[in-house]
Amino acid sequence: MSDETLKTTPLHQAHIDAGARMVPFAGYSMPVQYRDGVLKEHLWTREHAGLFDVSHMGQARLRGVSPLSAFEEITPGDFIGLKPGKQRYSVLLNKRGGVIDDLMAARPDDDGLFVVVNGACKDNDFKVIDNELAGQVTIERLEDRALLAVQGPEAAAVIARHLPAAARMVFMDSRAMPGFGTNILISRSGYTGEDGYEISVPASEALRIWELLLEDPRLRPIGLGARDSLRLEAGLPLYGHDVDETVSPIEADLAFAVSVKRRAARDFPGAARIAQELEEGPSRKRVALRILEGAPAREGAEIADEAGAVVGVVTSGGFSPSLSAPIAMGFVPPALAVAGTKLKVIVRGKPQAAEVVAMPFVPHRYVRKL
Amino acid sequence: MRFTKDHEWVELEGDVATIGITAYAADQLGDVVFVEVPDAGKTVKAGDGLAVVESVKAASDVYAPISGEVVEGNPALGDAPETVNDQPEKGGWFAKLKIADKAEFEALMDRDAYEAYLGTL
Repeated sequence: MSDETLKTTPLHQAHIDAGARMVPFAGYSMPVQYRDGVLKEHLWTREHAGLFDVSHMGQARLRGVSPLSAFEEITPGDFIGLKPGKQRYSVLLNKRGGVIDDLMAARPDDDGLFVVVNGACKDNDFKVIDNELAGQVTIERLEDRALLAVQGPEAAAVIARHLPAAARMVFMDSRAMPGFGTNILISRSGYTGEDGYEISVPASEALRIWELLLEDPRLRPIGLGARDSLRLEAGLPLYGHDVDETVSPIEADLAFAVSVKRRAARDFPGAARIAQELEEGPSRKRVALRILEGAPAREGAEIADEAGAVVGVVTSGGFSPSLSAPIAMGFVPPALAVAGTKLKVIVRGKPQAAEVVAMPFVPHRYVRKL
Repeated sequence: MRFTKDHEWVELEGDVATIGITAYAADQLGDVVFVEVPDAGKTVKAGDGLAVVESVKAASDVYAPISGEVVEGNPALGDAPETVNDQPEKGGWFAKLKIADKAEFEALMDRDAYEAYLGTL
């Protein structure tokens, strides 16, 4: 895709002014890194707080007579049980129990369901929702809103100066509130494993709020490069790489997104496959790998057992700045998915020692209670 | 020292060429976290893969700017890959090659020509 056809976020010029290297991502020109580079940006976020422009993601309101029960027709989550002020992680499922996309759905107020989906998937997601739930929900895409993420151990202190009420939220709380001189939707969640917030703001206010936030020296702008290495360390899958339409939530180690109530009812797309995988175990499972020697194993690298037989493939991999070592995620048979299992990854034809470890690589620091 | 459009540098002493990447290339790559250097004895033709340099995000091939036989891969980069960023045109070299054809070296850009080339990017 040529640069001329790329979309931009309301913060495009601010990224360029901050020295960002812009790359095409999900149809947008996005900052992959700023002047500090991926390594320093990553470590800054783990030690202090990072500000991310994630306005490429798809935001929408689903409204209808009963949008929560309608949403259960295309996801395995307990949305009827989603209380006002709460957010839930879920997956859109196809009829084969494969994942069309992963998403956040929330009730920041009484205005239906607020959903945030992946930028690269958003057009298809909203088409699927529109087709599957025709007559039950109407979709309003919030293309006039930007999305900012503030992540890291100092995120709460940074945000509390502007939004005292946000300090009273816990992980996966969602609120509509006045803030930054406008109306915002805010959740205490993110994609780094750190405490933090994601804040939906009117596009016309985004630049002012971005600059206001960056007056705090604890906060620095962080690009998509570090966002990827942060989520990898946090064990969070990246759609299109670790999860796709062939992968079930059970295979992807996302069983927590299949609610206990819904498992019994088996009333979601692909329920037969997912119920079978829950009972008998899936044929492959997403695991975390420490690469014990040699080069980082990246997406597409084969995984072999100790005898050298290929047993799986790396779906995300790179260098972990926090651990100063290469790490990866990939799929292997369940018998080899146990922490401590010794495996090999094949990088440029050479087998390198690797070991299955517990997910996440770096502990989550979500604030679950105050 | 001579240079390529792929931002490699070559320094020749006798018939042994030392090869690395330029400060411009190191800056473009970002923080180098791993370097795969060739083993002694490997023969390469100009344009063959010589080394692989990896940042947090990606792996990039480094191509042999001239033909020859590898005398030594830089052993220091195993424990200190960041040397490629800190001293790209000195301690961050990748390999030494015993070269067969000095004309390949002479055909590369000198520093003035390389800097003029950088100005066009």
